[in-house]
Amino acid sequence: MASNVTSRPSTALDLTGSKYRDIPFEEKERLFAEVKADMRFEDVLYGCYECGICTAACPSARFYHFSPRIIAQAVAREDEDLVYTLMNDSIWDCSQCFSCDRCPRHNSPGGLITVMREVAVRNGLQTARDALEGYGRIIYKVMSTGTQVSPDMLQADAFPDWGKHVTEIAENLDIWRRALPPETLHTTETGWEIDDKTIIELYLIWHMTGVMDMIKDIDEGLFMILQDVMEERLEEAGYDETFD
Amino acid sequence: MGANIPIHEVIKPAKERGFKWDPNEAPTEDYHDALEQLEKEGELEILRVPEPYIEVENKYGRIKKIPLERTWHHKSCGQCGHIPGYSTSIFWLNRQLGLDYLDPKDQTSCTAWNYYASATSNPAAQAAVAVRNFAAAGETGYFPLIHCGTSFGHYKETRHEIIHHHDLRRQVKKIMERLGKKLVMPEEIVHYSEWVHVIRDKVAERQTIDMSQIKAAVHPACHYHKLIAEDAIYDEEIYGAQRSAIITGTLLKLGIDVGDYSTWYDCCGFGFRHILVSRDFSRSFSTMRKIEIMKKEVNPDVVVTHDTGCVTTLDQSQFAAKAHDRDVGVPVMSDSQIAALAMGAHPYKVLQLHWHNTDNKAFLRKLGIDVEAKWQEFEDACEKLKSGEQQFLTWEDADA
Repeated sequence: MASNVTSRPSTALDLTGSKYRDIPFEEKERLFAEVKADMRFEDVLYGCYECGICTAACPSARFYHFSPRIIAQAVAREDEDLVYTLMNDSIWDCSQCFSCDRCPRHNSPGGLITVMREVAVRNGLQTARDALEGYGRIIYKVMSTGTQVSPDMLQADAFPDWGKHVTEIAENLDIWRRALPPETLHTTETGWEIDDKTIIELYLIWHMTGVMDMIKDIDEGLFMILQDVMEERLEEAGYDETFD
Repeated sequence: MGANIPIHEVIKPAKERGFKWDPNEAPTEDYHDALEQLEKEGELEILRVPEPYIEVENKYGRIKKIPLERTWHHKSCGQCGHIPGYSTSIFWLNRQLGLDYLDPKDQTSCTAWNYYASATSNPAAQAAVAVRNFAAAGETGYFPLIHCGTSFGHYKETRHEIIHHHDLRRQVKKIMERLGKKLVMPEEIVHYSEWVHVIRDKVAERQTIDMSQIKAAVHPACHYHKLIAEDAIYDEEIYGAQRSAIITGTLLKLGIDVGDYSTWYDCCGFGFRHILVSRDFSRSFSTMRKIEIMKKEVNPDVVVTHDTGCVTTLDQSQFAAKAHDRDVGVPVMSDSQIAALAMGAHPYKVLQLHWHNTDNKAFLRKLGIDVEAKWQEFEDACEKLKSGEQQFLTWEDADA
């Protein structure tokens, strides 16, 4: 966790296990079993030389008390207590850049973290809820519009550190979008203009793959909003609750 | 300059011995073979690269086909939403070169924000979204060209999962059947910057702006060359095939001096969830580990990269850093914007540089561009939209 900065934004990571000692071991074992049962698990962890190349390459390790090596080792050693701690207090610091994929053992700590995050979300861990606080609008945009970064997201209150040019864009949004030659880019609420049929197909995918259940587990309010939006569009398109 | 790491010396022996991978000794499987086998078994259909295409080599010396035209543009939500001159420049290049392309409305994003940022999705959903887009492309007779580095990387991961996991394949096939579609996988997953790379000679032939006085620093996108690393373009003439040839190959062809710097492998600091909810990290990393190092070791006129998140993070993060007197202040653009600019594209009507943050006027002036006159032309065009004289700026207006 080498760093050339003078201060660290995060608090120290407690690896002693004491923080979660009241959580029944069976619960930690159950969550770890879910991680290992994921079809991607065999592709992301083969063992660990403990060389630390992953951590040396990791951007998050420079600014947080975060180490992909510790995560890979904890999982490889099947240390359920430590895995539970990391699943709560570490995995959300990962940048998902996959710089760690240069592992000489062909591990992908970033890929392992993707799996661990999904297990944390699927099981509604409070730390996952906390990590995703403020993130609901993004999930909503992705799932309801099929694009995530919409032009109208550029608002000064959301991006004060990006300067006055954000205000300038917001103030000129309608004209500047119409001043784009590609016809599909004249939108302000979505990245581009999307066919109704395409959105319906996307909604069917969310329902058929269990994503709606994941949202329900992590954010019931967001689930209800999405459910309302989707039901209306799906009904208009002639689908019933079985999606037939 | 690369003062601290003598990279040219380090790679010299490899170049001298003609470093070249033997595809037969590649450490990974050839996805082409796997896809062909699955097609023979009736598990999927391959969407083949249309002719004409250019053959290039990937990391382990295998051939990758890059289509020149009949491309179906899989747009990027971040590019279209916040830096729309990025994708506009890609379309402009197609039009200028007379290459047939399609900008579809039957397209969603890869939705990987909900995979890498929030983990509120799963492999089946992500694979279904990918295949739905591929099938939609196939229905039009065009071939997908992926604008976003993350979509490109994520689709490579998805291809790996579809190839290797029978249950996932069956699940996606069933979903596609309910959508009235087939399980289609493209013969190649092609990033737009690979397309820019193979048309670089054509761009250089039509170059109207001399760029020989420009020095650039290149940031290669993580999800381009680190995710499924073998499927990225390498060239023994560029960095001795020790790094991906993308971007650098294009810039060198345009006469730009590409400077080397010691943190080239570092990511931009985007971090997905970080850029939205932990932006202190993104700002710090992108300025302290990238921009400042580039300034110190290269002192570039411009930073060129090839992904949505990288342009965004490297560009936007400099505002707050400047307030803290950090050594920043370098404009950031995509290779598509630089290529279009070299061919004389309008900096505001095509490159749409007013959506970028860090001041780029000095860079434009160094190229001999009259910044004030160009901005006035854009403002005049906007006045026509405001007055109702026109509803939209057209491609013809962009070149007027």
